[in-house]
Amino acid sequence: MVTNKFIKLCTLLMLLGGMQANAELRIVVDGGVEEPTNIAVVPFGWNGDSPLAENISAIVANDLRRSGMFKLMNEENMLSSPESQAQIFFRDWRISGNDFMLVGSMKPTANGVKATVELFDILTEKKIWSQTIDSSGSDLRDVAHYIADEVFQKITGIRGAFATKVVYVTVQGRGAARKYRLQMADSDGARSQTILASKEPILSPTWSRDGQKLAYVSFETNRPAIYIQHLSTGKRQKVQSFKGINGAPAWDPTGNKLALVLSKDGNPEIYVLNLQTGGLIRITNHFGIDTEPTWSPDGQSILFTSDRAGRPQIYRVAASGGKPQRITFNGNYNSRGRLTQDGRFLTMVHQDASGYHIAVQDLQSGRLDILTTSRDDESPTISPNGVVVMYATKLRGRGVLAGVSLDGKIKFTMPSSLGEVREPAWSPFLN
Amino acid sequence: MKKLNTTKARTVAKFASITLAALLVVGCSSSGTIKDDAQDVDGSSATTTGVNNGSQITGVNSANVGDLQSVYYFDFDQSVIRSSALNDLSLHAQFLAGNSNAAVRLEGHADEQGTREYNIALGERRAQAVEQFLVGRGVSSSQIDTISYGEEKPDVSGLATKSRRVEVKYTAK
Repeated sequence: MVTNKFIKLCTLLMLLGGMQANAELRIVVDGGVEEPTNIAVVPFGWNGDSPLAENISAIVANDLRRSGMFKLMNEENMLSSPESQAQIFFRDWRISGNDFMLVGSMKPTANGVKATVELFDILTEKKIWSQTIDSSGSDLRDVAHYIADEVFQKITGIRGAFATKVVYVTVQGRGAARKYRLQMADSDGARSQTILASKEPILSPTWSRDGQKLAYVSFETNRPAIYIQHLSTGKRQKVQSFKGINGAPAWDPTGNKLALVLSKDGNPEIYVLNLQTGGLIRITNHFGIDTEPTWSPDGQSILFTSDRAGRPQIYRVAASGGKPQRITFNGNYNSRGRLTQDGRFLTMVHQDASGYHIAVQDLQSGRLDILTTSRDDESPTISPNGVVVMYATKLRGRGVLAGVSLDGKIKFTMPSSLGEVREPAWSPFLN
Repeated sequence: MKKLNTTKARTVAKFASITLAALLVVGCSSSGTIKDDAQDVDGSSATTTGVNNGSQITGVNSANVGDLQSVYYFDFDQSVIRSSALNDLSLHAQFLAGNSNAAVRLEGHADEQGTREYNIALGERRAQAVEQFLVGRGVSSSQIDTISYGEEKPDVSGLATKSRRVEVKYTAK
């Protein structure tokens, strides 16, 4: 009876959580490139006594599928399950229309698990990459994301960003039972854990460039204050707070400075706080709203949202201060910019007649492309390899995360089983 | 025109009415924070029935100040106090000015349209508009505390028209 109940519960959790029973977010791919690369990820062999905690090859396949750049061969259609080069009959795999195939085997070791994987170009029958990876056995998802990153890079030439993290805010309950949580998960939504839980709002989480720290705004003292939290220890410090707004923190590339918004002098202005000296420099000086700062990757300038021209637009100012230059001119509303690591593309929230969308502007040509068609899109955050923009949107009235490639061709949503999800912030590369 | 249903038309109407409202403010009011309710820049069909008339209280004291209107609504992307709010807000001011030990916390809010940090700024503008009104009627700024929650605490109804608000909360009276 108990077992029966347990199985039912597990089934329910699986249904709610999708591929992983413990995943809070699951991923549904809505679109992809017109001519995806066909790849077969053959289930890896395993000769241990008890089943592994994670299905490595399935995680690799899901990562590649989610990128929208690959079409994965169905396992049921595979005629054989080779685990190494000697077992592959390339002709069979060529006939089934695949360009590449990944095979591998897992073996128990004295200290954990050893994974050996090989990637082949099926047409030339050449081995493109192979590696043996030792693992403690408790970090198998890390192994899987690492393999996916390598396969992605070997085939596309672009560094993979699957072994990265995402932080986001969830909200559950109403009134006095309302609970805000700052969550951190793998880039595929798995292994989510709570960084901070509060009855008062949490917003604007952001990563330091070294991936070691977060800064965010918390109202836990019934006032907005900026906190810096060290991820490895969980220790945190409250940044000196002032009367009024303390918001929108943004790390400079060195991690020594924080751009932020304070209204201590009457209305919201951008400031730069030197975290080592405590020195505070005022960057903007205007009676309009100046907010949502973000640094250029070279640390030389700060982009921010301002309504100084009437409606919100994005401006650029030297990190030492000076006269801001407006850089968005398409439409009446562009806000909360985020730059790609090469500084060329600016993603933002753009409003048109049909609502608030995620858009990207090529800062070289000035061209603006609207990437999404949903109408409540906000909080864009770019994967560290510059391929995907994750953002918050509404699905049937509920806050969820979604993603779109910078060229607009690949889209996915991450339906949640737990309340409202919002404000994603993608980590930098962590390895 | 303001009842047209397409978002585009509404946006155009919005800008037109915002401009008009701004002109009216410049023309009619020296404080710059008061506008006429007839200028419904939102164009929304949702209304705030029952709160626009204010209370019937005239002699305000610590016993009945809690009966005054305590939530004040705003138009889309605006921080201009509606004329219907003036009666009760004046009574709040009268009470605070006459009771220097009384203190109030003004909590500004925004609806969910637009980005979160921008809405924090907008909620603060609204709280400051109420603060300036009270100070203009003799309340000491030391009696007033303002905070903005932006769009983080929308009204339980979920209605945008009810989320764009300032809540007046007494911390001492």
